[in-house]
Amino acid sequence: MGLATFIGGVHPYEGKELSMEHPITVLQPKGVEMVFPLSQHIGAPAKPLVAVGDEVLVGQIIAEAGGFISANVISSVSGKVKKIEPRRVANGSMVNSIIIEDNKEYNAIEGFGEKRDYIRLSKDKIRKIVKDAGIVGLGGAGFPTHVKISPKNEDEINYIIVNGAECEPYLTSDYRLMMEEPKKIIEGLKIILQLFPNATGIIGIENNKPKAIEKLKAFAQNEPKIEVVELYTKYPQGGERSLIYACTKRKLNSSLLPADVGCIVDNVDTVVSIYNAVAESTPLIRRILTVTGDAITTPQNFNVRTGTNYQELIEAAGGFKEEPRKILSGGPMMGQALFTLDIPVTKASSSITTFLHDEVEENPETPCIKCGRCIDVCPSYLVPVLMMEKALNDDTEGFEKLNGMECVECGSCAYVCPAKRPLTQGFKYMRQAVAAKRRAEAAKKEVK
Amino acid sequence: MTGNFNVSSSPHVRDNSSTANIMKDVCIAMIPTLAFGCFQFGLSALIVVIGTVIACVLAEYLYEKLMKKPITIGDFSAVVTGLILALNMPPQIPVWMPILGGVFAIIVVKQLYGGLGQNFMNPALAARCFLLISFAGAMTNFSSVAMNYDSSSTATPLASLKAIGIENAMEKYNMLNIFLGRIPGTIGEVSTIALLIGALYLVVRKVISLRIPLVYIATVAVFVFIFGDHNPTTVLYHIISGGLIFGAFFMATDYVSSPVTKKGQIYFAIFIGILTGLFRLFGGNAEGVSYAIIIGNIVAPLIEKSTLPKAFGREAKKA
Repeated sequence: MGLATFIGGVHPYEGKELSMEHPITVLQPKGVEMVFPLSQHIGAPAKPLVAVGDEVLVGQIIAEAGGFISANVISSVSGKVKKIEPRRVANGSMVNSIIIEDNKEYNAIEGFGEKRDYIRLSKDKIRKIVKDAGIVGLGGAGFPTHVKISPKNEDEINYIIVNGAECEPYLTSDYRLMMEEPKKIIEGLKIILQLFPNATGIIGIENNKPKAIEKLKAFAQNEPKIEVVELYTKYPQGGERSLIYACTKRKLNSSLLPADVGCIVDNVDTVVSIYNAVAESTPLIRRILTVTGDAITTPQNFNVRTGTNYQELIEAAGGFKEEPRKILSGGPMMGQALFTLDIPVTKASSSITTFLHDEVEENPETPCIKCGRCIDVCPSYLVPVLMMEKALNDDTEGFEKLNGMECVECGSCAYVCPAKRPLTQGFKYMRQAVAAKRRAEAAKKEVK
Repeated sequence: MTGNFNVSSSPHVRDNSSTANIMKDVCIAMIPTLAFGCFQFGLSALIVVIGTVIACVLAEYLYEKLMKKPITIGDFSAVVTGLILALNMPPQIPVWMPILGGVFAIIVVKQLYGGLGQNFMNPALAARCFLLISFAGAMTNFSSVAMNYDSSSTATPLASLKAIGIENAMEKYNMLNIFLGRIPGTIGEVSTIALLIGALYLVVRKVISLRIPLVYIATVAVFVFIFGDHNPTTVLYHIISGGLIFGAFFMATDYVSSPVTKKGQIYFAIFIGILTGLFRLFGGNAEGVSYAIIIGNIVAPLIEKSTLPKAFGREAKKA
């Protein structure tokens, strides 16, 4: 039997060897200014609970969820609230942020770090702890975790899938976490399983990480409800739909949530955060980031407090070997290109990838020759070549007819395109346009 | 730190394929049949090949220069068009004819429709049909061919098959000679073995998939078996003689003018297979591959539209 996987996908250069053998280094912020954007998750921005001049503590909720789909923001340091103003974040936009002057004392709130016996906690209590801790999906999307673990009918959940695929090239933070905290992953998964009586746990890991597979298999040995699944190494194996299909053969589309097909997917880092919050009373105040790429002196992995400036991570990794041409927040397939390093680490940060060369710039676009390679690699079975024609004509209707909204923006089509066409860029633009159109139509209906 | 960093949309990496590399692979794949054609038919074949390729590249260059468009001859697509057109020519044709054909292919069929990727027909095949209509005599005259083997034949195997039946045709050209290419025909279509070597290269290099060629050839085989003389030997004769192998692997697989969807490619191959069978068995000519493929090219967009794949998870519903 072959390894679990999906149809389509690509095999870009992995680049993980640069940083995968570097253990996670805990980094304390050097600068005094810590920035906490109110929008570090999918959904409504959080509402500030503090005012300028207030003293805050480590673990304190400084902004609360601003809607059903939203998440709390927690201070990672102790100090004084200096300002509340828009600041630049990784995606380039300005987001209202709470700026705290770090007093370097790290005084924490009462009960911070206290051990708890999670088996005795009620389901509602666990969900409340997760919500209070500000936990969101740390695989990149940032979907509030307390919403994810509160489906309509908890009896219908059959699988809790822990995403340890880490298919994005260059990233090794999840790998290091699996190597260094396997017990927390297992325990965190057991906490989630406690919420769902009919569910079993699956930990999916790509087979380019044999040591992690071995380690977690050893820890899962005596856990009857937990299975480690070895996944074939292929991008985007860690995409939610691809992973669910690989592990369970269940399919879902853009109109469904994983819970609709009886699955809940959480990244390994999210599961560890759940463990930290529930069993050790430690909310989400840290992030593990890989700082890597051919422009960095010593590629490695850091555990940093949220709100830390990106520039500090670059310095901690020995700075640049040479002036990079491109800097990414995230990996090369789905990461955001940065024009400044003056941005804070947020819950959604996973890595800083730096390149001496920009392959996009070095491969100018040429006419499409309809080779169809984009179709072969699309994990959503779409026809990117035809979708791009619609995108170039700004034809949102035609784009929707070609199921453009099923695109997961994984970038596989643009990666393989021999004509080097910016397919994914076109689709991102169209998907936003269609979503805006749908919102406008829904608003119109409401008025009527 | 704010520096001079490039900002663009993800993905930020590209694989090492390129249009030029694909076109170069197609050129490399035609080397065996090209070499065999020149060996068998001599200098005149070589002159036709060189003349046609130069005509295509030069036509593209001059057109783009005159129209103040970026010069794209570096992508090798004009070379591919020139080679395919040349390999479709009888070896003794006056060289100005394929040169005219090359100019027609590049200017009329390719550039006037918008250049690379925009032509709705295979330029080389459209030019071949243009020449067939304009110069029917020269385009189907294989009699004066001074071949590098001992034969006084004038008709191609397919023409013989049509005129005198399978048994007599077999006496004239046995299967081995057809397979090797020791027969009259166009420069590039004669040697099945040389074509298959090139086709294998294209498949190994993942430039083409076997979907169109195999379905196409199988459809012709089934059609000829049912509507012909129900003789497996005739079927094999049909497959390895005439332009079927060349057409199936090198022309029907042209990216631009064939459907891009997988299912569409199968329907397209069946469609041109039936047309080829029809033309060969019931048409006035012994050949039929070129016309079948360009008619298929015209239908391709329609086939494409009606064979869009079902998106992943479309059928999924709330549990």
